[in-house]
Amino acid sequence: MKIQDIRSQFPILADTVYGKPLVYLDNAATAQRPQSVVDKEAELSLHTNANIHRAVHSLAVRATEEYEATRDFIRDFIHAGSREEIIFTSGTTASINLVAFSFGEAFIHEGDEVIVSAAEHHSNIVPWQMMCGRKKAFLKVLDIDGNGGLDIDSLGKLISQRTRIVAISHISNVLGLVNPVKEIVRICHEKGVPVLIDGAQGIVHENVDVQDLDCDFYAFSGHKIYAATGTGVLYGKRKWLDAMPPFLGGGEMIETVRFSGTTYAPLPEKFEAGTQHVNGIPTLRPAIVFLQSCAQVPEVLDYQRKIKEYVYESLTSDPRVTLYGVPRRTEDKIPLFSFTVKGVHHEDLALIMDKMGIALRSGQMCAEPLMDCYGVTGMLRASFAPYNTMEEAEYFVECLGKAIAMLT
Amino acid sequence: MTLAEKKQEVIEEFSMYDEWLDKYEYLIELGKALDTYPETDKTEERLIKGCQSRVWLDYTLKDGRLFFTADSDAIITKGIISLLISVYSGRTPEEIAQDDFSFIDEIGLKENLSPTRANGLVSMVATIRRAAQEASL
Repeated sequence: MKIQDIRSQFPILADTVYGKPLVYLDNAATAQRPQSVVDKEAELSLHTNANIHRAVHSLAVRATEEYEATRDFIRDFIHAGSREEIIFTSGTTASINLVAFSFGEAFIHEGDEVIVSAAEHHSNIVPWQMMCGRKKAFLKVLDIDGNGGLDIDSLGKLISQRTRIVAISHISNVLGLVNPVKEIVRICHEKGVPVLIDGAQGIVHENVDVQDLDCDFYAFSGHKIYAATGTGVLYGKRKWLDAMPPFLGGGEMIETVRFSGTTYAPLPEKFEAGTQHVNGIPTLRPAIVFLQSCAQVPEVLDYQRKIKEYVYESLTSDPRVTLYGVPRRTEDKIPLFSFTVKGVHHEDLALIMDKMGIALRSGQMCAEPLMDCYGVTGMLRASFAPYNTMEEAEYFVECLGKAIAMLT
Repeated sequence: MTLAEKKQEVIEEFSMYDEWLDKYEYLIELGKALDTYPETDKTEERLIKGCQSRVWLDYTLKDGRLFFTADSDAIITKGIISLLISVYSGRTPEEIAQDDFSFIDEIGLKENLSPTRANGLVSMVATIRRAAQEASL
């Protein structure tokens, strides 16, 4: 498989912006969709549209089959123990909110503690803060070192008798460093504390085996792995999911409803109240097929590695640039580069480079505490996907130089 | 120069540049040329909400006319605010309050900015308008 074979699956990559070829480097925010994903959603919308589980007619049966086949597919993809441990949500944010609420209701009491890291996305901070507020519990923070790595050595000490859960990202959306999640799970489990992994970025770049990781929860979004937006997954160990009360109440999550009281459906429906994104969830299948097709071809991986090394080298060798998230080994960093330029505002750079056709992320990147850690008001981020070319990487570096020259 | 004449001048000046990068160059020059804004005036109440970059705007009323001073940590935003100040500073509150600010649309600034920055521009205009309304009370 050549890079052109990958690119040709994404019609948007042939588009232009301001008369310039689009160079899309905001993949960590959302990935583009291949034709197979768009076709799947269109086919379902045009020919299979029905509400799942509820009716006996043929469309409803087909829609249900598509949806439930996706659950089996996801179970295989992340190697979960059973299909009941796969809950469909609207995305990582919804998945984490579900756990923060339902786990919190069942297991967190006044004076208890929750641990997150200093490098978390707001989605893995705010739901816990909200729950801690309700429960009069405390949020504790695991620090990062100067290079952006988690201070794993102090995790054991940070965990106390009152720690009820640890919530950590697999890969920070700002730093792009692969956290040693297996080690984190081991440390936490030794103290009897369950772990939620925010896999929004991790699922894109790592082979995730939830049984091997032994994590208690793993949350991710579909749109970052080329599937329809508004799709997401929560993996949870059955022992926890069984013990947690529902998050949302409504249709489909019940067993019997009486005004005197309601009993809930078994897993996974207990956590899937209301009409789901029935035409979107099945797009996870072609999306993951694409993801795996890239991950299995040595030439593609080699090409991606070369791009990563070239951009890393270009940014770190420029004395005007400060790169955040410096790996100990290159394989610990994904092709995601957040940086600032001395004396230049990130937004000016993003605006100028946008007019050159380059889509970058600028600002706080939903990680204000991390920005505060580094004493900056924002950063610029370039994140690459398998459809990005070396020519695009070179153009990015060239344009960055031009934009800096305009601004200094 | 009347407000209408000044606005026309800005529109013509801006239309000289076909390329957006040239327009940005022009805004960057305007931003660099903006009068120094005192660090002590960079207070929370002078900070304009809704901008991704930080913008401070202050004004004084002198002999029945409003004079604006401003600063931003981003240079293109600073250029935009400089442009606004060159048009509206030294006008009477009534003149400003009655203006429809449509020249901003005419130079294509709003739709060619990122949404967050367009929000910032809207907030800047709103602040200038509010200053005019308060001064004319």
